Amino acid sequence: MSAAPLLAVHDLRVTLATPRGPADALRGISFAIERGQTLGLIGESGCGKSITALALMGLLPDSATVAGSLRFDGRELVGLPEHDWCQLRGNRLAMVFQEPMTALNPLHTIGHQIGESLRLHKRLDASAARAEALRLLQRVQLPQAAQRLDAYPHQLSGGQRQRVVIAIALACGPDLLIADEPTTALDVTIQREVLDLIGQLVAEDGMALLLISHDLGVMAESVQQLMVMYGGTVVESGPTDAVFGRLAHPYSQGLFAARPRLGMPRGHRLATIAGRVPDLIDLPTGCGFADRCALVIAACRAAPPPAVEVTPGHAARCIRLDAAQVAAQAATPATP
Amino acid sequence: MTALLQVENLVRHYHLPREHLLARAPVVQALQGVSFALQAGRSLGVVGESGSGKSTLARLVMALESPTAGRVLMAGQDLARLDAAALRRARTDFQMVFQDPFGSLDPRQTVGRIVAEPLAAQGNIAPGIQRDRVAAMLDAVGLRGADASKYPHEFSGGQRQRIAIARALVTTPKLIVADEPVSALDVSVQAQVLNLMQDLQDSLGVTYLFISHDLAVVDLVCDEVLVLYQGRVVEQGSPETLFRAAGHPYTRALMDAVPGLQPGLRSARHRLQPPALPAADEPAAWAAPAAATGCAFAARCPWRQAVCLTTPPPLRPLATGHWAACHIAEQVLAGAPGDTAESPGS
Repeated sequence: MSAAPLLAVHDLRVTLATPRGPADALRGISFAIERGQTLGLIGESGCGKSITALALMGLLPDSATVAGSLRFDGRELVGLPEHDWCQLRGNRLAMVFQEPMTALNPLHTIGHQIGESLRLHKRLDASAARAEALRLLQRVQLPQAAQRLDAYPHQLSGGQRQRVVIAIALACGPDLLIADEPTTALDVTIQREVLDLIGQLVAEDGMALLLISHDLGVMAESVQQLMVMYGGTVVESGPTDAVFGRLAHPYSQGLFAARPRLGMPRGHRLATIAGRVPDLIDLPTGCGFADRCALVIAACRAAPPPAVEVTPGHAARCIRLDAAQVAAQAATPATP
Repeated sequence: MTALLQVENLVRHYHLPREHLLARAPVVQALQGVSFALQAGRSLGVVGESGSGKSTLARLVMALESPTAGRVLMAGQDLARLDAAALRRARTDFQMVFQDPFGSLDPRQTVGRIVAEPLAAQGNIAPGIQRDRVAAMLDAVGLRGADASKYPHEFSGGQRQRIAIARALVTTPKLIVADEPVSALDVSVQAQVLNLMQDLQDSLGVTYLFISHDLAVVDLVCDEVLVLYQGRVVEQGSPETLFRAAGHPYTRALMDAVPGLQPGLRSARHRLQPPALPAADEPAAWAAPAAATGCAFAARCPWRQAVCLTTPPPLRPLATGHWAACHIAEQVLAGAPGDTAESPGS
C-alpha cells in the first residue's frame, strides 16, 4: 500500500462556459480520500457538489476548463485524454446516480446492463458476464435475482432499480465509488436499506466512498469525514463527529437550524438563511456567504477567507469563527 | 359543526392493461376505504411510502378523478354529484400545490397570467380586479408586484413554489391540497416555504391537506396525521401522540428509518430496533390480493402474530383521538422495540 492517498484533489478549479459568461463552478477545492475511507459532501443546489463528482469521473462538458490537480492512485487525471478516462471510468472509478429511473437504459435487460462494463473492462464473454451479473444482483440483495436478470428496468420498483444501479457501479470492483444523492428519489424506509447496503459493500470491499447529499441526517450516519460546500468552495471540513459536534461555519449552522426535526413544537418558525445562493457567474470577491451572513464585517468582503483550524483536522473558511460560536450557543436551546 | 372536508369510505381501483387477450385486467387497489374529517382552519398530514395511495387521495379530494366507491364531501356537498358548471364554481374553494415547482408552472406564461388563471377560469371577473388580486397574492407570498411580468425560468425553486402557492390562494380557497410541496426544495428554501405556509394559515385561515413523506415536516405543520399503507389508514392521531408513541408497527418503522443527526447513534439504535423491514421495495398495491385475508403489513411486520395472517385488523381507538389498525397495538405502544425479539420469523 502506498503512502499517497487514493485520491488527492488539490486546488481544483472548474469554469463552465455559459451564455452569460464564465461561471466559476469550483473555486479551488482540496481534499483527499484514503482507501476504505468514506467522505461526505453536503450543500444545496448550485454549490458545486455534482460538478465535483463529474470532474472526478471526467464527465464535465467539453466547454468546461479545469485547473488544479486531481491525483488518483498517483496518476494525474487533469488533462487526461478521453481514451484513458474510458479505461478508468466504470472500472476503477464508479458512480451511482440520483435517479435510478433515468440512469438505466429502458431498452436493455438489467443483466445486460450490469454485464456491460464486465465485457468492456474485464473482457469477459457473454456467459461469464451473465454469471457475474447474477452474483452482483445477489450481492445487492435483489430478491429473486436469477429471474430478474432478464427483467427490464420498468419491471422493478425504485428501490430495486437503485440496487441494480449499485450493482453496475460495483461490477468491476472500483477503488472509488461516487454516490451522488443515491437515495433522494427513494422512500425513507428504502433509503435506509440502500444506505445500509452501500455502507456494507464499502466496508467489505475496502473501497473509498464519496457520498454526495443535501441531507444532514444521511451524512451524520453514513460517513467518517464531511465537507460542507457553498458557492464552489469547501466552507467547512473535518471528521463527521467533530463537525456535528461543533458546527463552526455560519452557513453550516444555518443549514442545521433550517431542518425541521421530529418533536419540534407545532407552529415553530424554522430558522431560514436570508437571501439566496450566489450566482456562480458573478461571485463576490470575498466570502461567498457574506451577503447572507448575519456576522458579516467589512473584512469578509475584502478577500476570500482562509481555512481556519477549529480543532485538529476540523477547519472552516470563516474569519468570524469566535463570533459564530457565540451566536450558535445563543441560538440553540439544547435539543436532543 | 360540519367538517370542511369529509371523506367517507373512499375506494379507488385502477385497471391496468391486460397482460394478454384472455386474461382479466389486473386491478390496483390504490385506496381501500379511507375515511376522515378535516375541520376548517386545521391541517391534516398524510404520510406513507410511494404506492400507499397518498397522491390518489389528493386527486380524489381535488375531484380530478371520481371514486370507485365512497364520497368526498366539501362543506357538505358531494363533489361527484355536481354537474360540470357547479363543479367549476365549487373549485374556487379548493386548490392544489404540486411537488415540482419546475413542472407545474407553464414556462411560456408570465407569472401574472399563471397566478390569474384560476380567476380567469371563473370567467366573470374583470381584468382590473384580477390584476389587483394577483398583486395582493404575490405580496402575500413575499414576491414583488413587478415579478408578475416575469417568466418562471427567472425564479429559483423556492420562488417558483411561492408562485404556485400564490396561484392556489388567488381564489381565496378554503382548502389547499399540497402534494409534497417542499420535497423538491433545498433545506434552507424548504424552511422559508414552510414558514410561509404557516403564516398564511394564521392570516387567512386556510385549511391544509398536506401530503408528505417527511415525518418531521408533517410533525411541524399538521394538527392531525393519517398514516397510509397500501390504500388503508393504519394509524391516525395528533403528531404528538403518533410520533412519540406510535401504535402501529408501520409507523414505528417509518420513524426508525428517519436518519438522525447524532453521529454514531445509528449503530446503537440498530441494536434496539426491531429487524429492518424485509423486502420493503416489493411492489406495493399489486401484491394486495394475497393480503386480503389478513393485515396488509403482516409480511413486513416484526411483531407479526398468527392472527395477523388471518384477520384484517380494524382501525380502532387506542386513546382519545388516536386510532390504529393493529391487533396488538397495545403491545406495540408498551413494548420497547427490543422486547419483541421472540416474535419475528424471518
